[in-house]
Amino acid sequence: MGKNKKITDYDMEQLIGQVLRYGVLTSGIIAIIGGVWYLIQSGAGFPNYTSFSGEPARYTSLTGIIKGLTEGSAKEIIQLGVVILIATPILRIVFSLFSFILEKDRLYIVITLIVLLIILFSMFGGLKV
Amino acid sequence: MNILLFTLILLLGAYLAGLAGSLTGLGGGVVIIPLLTLGFHVDIRYAIGAALVASIATSSGSASAYVKEGITNVRLGMFLEIATTAGAVIGAILAIYTPVNLVAILFGVMLIFSAAMTLRKKHEDALQEGSKLSYVLKLNGSYPTKEGEISYKLKNIGGGFSIMTIAGVLSGLLGIGSGALKVLAMDTAMRVPFRVSTTTSNFMVGVTAAASAVVYLQRGYIDPGIAFPVIIGVLAGAFTGSKLLMRINVKSLKVIFSIAITLIALNMIYNGINHKF
Repeated sequence: MGKNKKITDYDMEQLIGQVLRYGVLTSGIIAIIGGVWYLIQSGAGFPNYTSFSGEPARYTSLTGIIKGLTEGSAKEIIQLGVVILIATPILRIVFSLFSFILEKDRLYIVITLIVLLIILFSMFGGLKV
Repeated sequence: MNILLFTLILLLGAYLAGLAGSLTGLGGGVVIIPLLTLGFHVDIRYAIGAALVASIATSSGSASAYVKEGITNVRLGMFLEIATTAGAVIGAILAIYTPVNLVAILFGVMLIFSAAMTLRKKHEDALQEGSKLSYVLKLNGSYPTKEGEISYKLKNIGGGFSIMTIAGVLSGLLGIGSGALKVLAMDTAMRVPFRVSTTTSNFMVGVTAAASAVVYLQRGYIDPGIAFPVIIGVLAGAFTGSKLLMRINVKSLKVIFSIAITLIALNMIYNGINHKF
């Protein structure tokens, strides 16, 4: 039992390492594509960052970002890279959950679910304002 | 200032942030916020959005290298993530009611604390006897060294959990990884061996930052024009850092970096008190 558990733990850690690596790689490549496109499109003007107005809805919601992607808009491509970057550690928790389910570790299945629920609450809990 | 020049300077700054962040364990956010606010007079709210992105990039970028070595205590990390993610959500809520000047002052204080923590000597010896809770929660573990597996036991789980909650609140409020507080909780309170606490803390930073980043993205703090050079630069820097870490002595680097961020911190506090944000 002890030995078996060790192997799953190790395998799982390898898999988590892969998830993180491909996640950041994908995010980085999308950011480069969107960024270069953004620089080509940008004119002489400079955005006003000194006062905060908040990004418009098309950069802050998944539906807005997807709509922008279909139009080939550079800023939405960059935001897709941001979303993938944020999703990477969350995906890592999901993988850990599977690993604890495989190990039949009830205590840690519950602990991992609590962490996931907190993040889901953060996403959909209407904390925007 | 035109967009191309702004992007190139930010790209270089983010690269250095990722490099220094992964070498010293402080994360990328601590450099990004002063660079944007003091250097470019960017509103601190956009800077916080960028710092969260930088924290996740440094964490995931270097964690993928660390997890492979089997030093990270995944159970300990997951258990403490309850505290840090709950704290991060509270921090993101508090942010609405906190004046930006206070955020800048808090950030400065946190930077000085982080600098001091970087230089402090950490525990390297492993406890042989753990507290009752450490067995119940299966938090004790072992890690590989050249001399073979070293097993360790933990104590003061409640104390560590409480400090982690504060780390989470500050992370949600300021957009930084709060790596220094995470190491304090694990090293001083719970007596996690240094190599394990560093990698486990780094492993947790990404999840903690993601919990508040989903709120800040919806609030419009994350600007695409700032985000893309930050992602690319920090990832490249963190990658270089994790390669260099095996070959160079980071001790003198930590001293230089600590002095530098203390000076930046004083500048942030000064500007915060004078309502320059």
